[in-house]
Amino acid sequence: MRSMLYVMTFVTVIGAAFWAYHENYKTQDALSEAQAVRADIRDARARLAVLKAEWAYLNRPDRLRDLAEVNFDRLGLMPLKPDQFGRVDQIAYPAPPELPITDPIEVSSAGADE
Amino acid sequence: MIRTPLRPLARILDARRKGENPDAIERENLRIRHEQMRDAARSRAEGRLLVMAVMFFCAFCVVGARMGALAASEAEEPRAQATGASIIASRADIVDRHGRVMATNMETFSLYAHPQQMVEPIRAAKELVKIFPELNEERLLKDFTGKRKFMWVRKKLSPEQKQKVHDIGEPGLLFGPREMRLYPNGALAAHILGGASFGREGVHSAEVIGTAGIEKFFDKELRDPAREGAPLELSLDLTIQAAAERVLLGGMKLLNAKGAASVLMDVHTGEVISIASLPDFDPNDRPRPLTEGDASDSPLFNRAVQGVYELGSTFKVFASAQALDLGLVNPNTIIDTSPPMRVNGHPIGEFAGKNYGPLSVSDVIVKSSNRGTGKLALQIGKKRQQEFLKSLGLFDPVPFEIVEAAGGQPLLPPRWADISTVTISYGHGLSTSPLHLAAGYAAIANGGHYVQPTLLKQAGPKLGPRVMSERTAAQSLDMLRKVVTEGTASFGEVAGYHVGGKTGTADKPRARGGGYYKDKVINTFASVFPTDDPKYVLIVTLDEPVETSGKKPRRTAGWTAVPVAAEMIRRVAPLLGLRPDIETRHLTNIINTSN
Repeated sequence: MRSMLYVMTFVTVIGAAFWAYHENYKTQDALSEAQAVRADIRDARARLAVLKAEWAYLNRPDRLRDLAEVNFDRLGLMPLKPDQFGRVDQIAYPAPPELPITDPIEVSSAGADE
Repeated sequence: MIRTPLRPLARILDARRKGENPDAIERENLRIRHEQMRDAARSRAEGRLLVMAVMFFCAFCVVGARMGALAASEAEEPRAQATGASIIASRADIVDRHGRVMATNMETFSLYAHPQQMVEPIRAAKELVKIFPELNEERLLKDFTGKRKFMWVRKKLSPEQKQKVHDIGEPGLLFGPREMRLYPNGALAAHILGGASFGREGVHSAEVIGTAGIEKFFDKELRDPAREGAPLELSLDLTIQAAAERVLLGGMKLLNAKGAASVLMDVHTGEVISIASLPDFDPNDRPRPLTEGDASDSPLFNRAVQGVYELGSTFKVFASAQALDLGLVNPNTIIDTSPPMRVNGHPIGEFAGKNYGPLSVSDVIVKSSNRGTGKLALQIGKKRQQEFLKSLGLFDPVPFEIVEAAGGQPLLPPRWADISTVTISYGHGLSTSPLHLAAGYAAIANGGHYVQPTLLKQAGPKLGPRVMSERTAAQSLDMLRKVVTEGTASFGEVAGYHVGGKTGTADKPRARGGGYYKDKVINTFASVFPTDDPKYVLIVTLDEPVETSGKKPRRTAGWTAVPVAAEMIRRVAPLLGLRPDIETRHLTNIINTSN
């Protein structure tokens, strides 16, 4: 009976130790994964910053103005002027849809020469 | 295992028969059994010893392997938890009111050298000069072959330059990561952004500090890691700033002006939508301040904020507004503006020696009569005039969010005599910046409240203390409108936007005292639009403009600053989302009587 108790205790200790180490390793793994993700975030952020800077640089007003001038033939872009504001009642209503043809008559020009 | 009996009966009987001692057999068997027991015990003990040895061996192996691993790997702090949200150490971006980037950071590299690690210092110096022609080869050679252990070669490298330096293959040339400030829009809003440079520098990083403008004003806030990279939102609008600068540059070139400034401000919130000063510079490559000569000739000089000028007749509306507010006059009160008028022995004249005769207060503003406003000012008195101008913020630097704003200290007369009261009523003897004037006109435009100009985006109206009654503000606004429709600023009319404003032409004072230049003027047009529901004030100031299309060169604001301002309103108002109001208004009295 006593040896049984010893064996049980021993097995419990081993089991607990195994569990504890297992959890520890899982935690370490999670930590290193978090670190890797954070490194990814940092890289992504750096990349994003560069892309944002590039976007801002490519969209700077000077460049857009020059591009609008170079491509004037195709785009015809002009600075916004006060007379470009319209009113709602200046816009035409869409043309009413044509009525559907309900009783079509077959017309053929075949043999019209005769 | 069959256990051998100690006294096997067969052998005992056999021994008895032979007369031997059967005990000998027992002893013999006992001995054999003991030997067997001893052998068994020994082999068991040996087995245990072996197991022990194996276990110890394994344990030592593990310990040894771990020690080896520890010795061979890089040291790492034991961690009990992951660190919190990563700190964003870089300087916060600056964006305009719609979130478009005005200043951001770029990762780059600096180049430094460890001459003691160099293999071929002479070749390295030669190759470096090939890549960076601005470096001095002799200097490099001296440094590389001398006793120095460390030296900076360049602060910023482009990726291509970095690759070229890599290709030299010199182990003594090393790179350090750097964060540099980038202004992607170039010279746009340069005076506001200012610039940035490196502060304390290390091999692995360097701090970026603001050197001027809003970068320096908000340096601490921009560097604060607790912001977590939240950008600083300005009230400026990039598109409108670009359009305004373009128009201003065109106007400046066309009118041969040496400088120009403009301020566009929301009259309710005090938000400055665009503020320009020409000539300007590229904040990515900020020029050095002038060491000699007049600081205002440097492109770094912000004419809209730092430049204090006598802004001329634009001040007249303040005198008339105060007279109206005090109930001294109404817009139709007649004032005799005929000569002579002498104050403290000085004659007060009109533009080009004109004589307007008796004028209503409204016409005094429309025709811009010096004697008319002078008389109003004398009625107001110097104490009340000072109080009023002070309440409009014209006595102190504007608390604007750039470091240069503190330098825009208005120049007041050292002794405020009656003559000062009169001259200041028409804008001479008191020098202020265009930004001061914008704040003053905003008070008229928003119904009588002082608003403080700001560069930060505001959530709603920020009306300050009341400085004049709503009625006075409305009457003054009507006068400003009349100046455009029938007065000196007729070129200021922009169809649909009901522009109102006042021109100002002031002779430039000589730099070393002793009166004014005859042919150098500061022309200003202070405008409000649309006057039926004022939203914005626009101040345009030109430094030494001259209009040469006529027979004689013209130097009045009506010919120079006004057309520039009108063009600016034409370009900018649609961008601000203001619809032109072309149709006839006020149809509310028409009632449909029959159906």
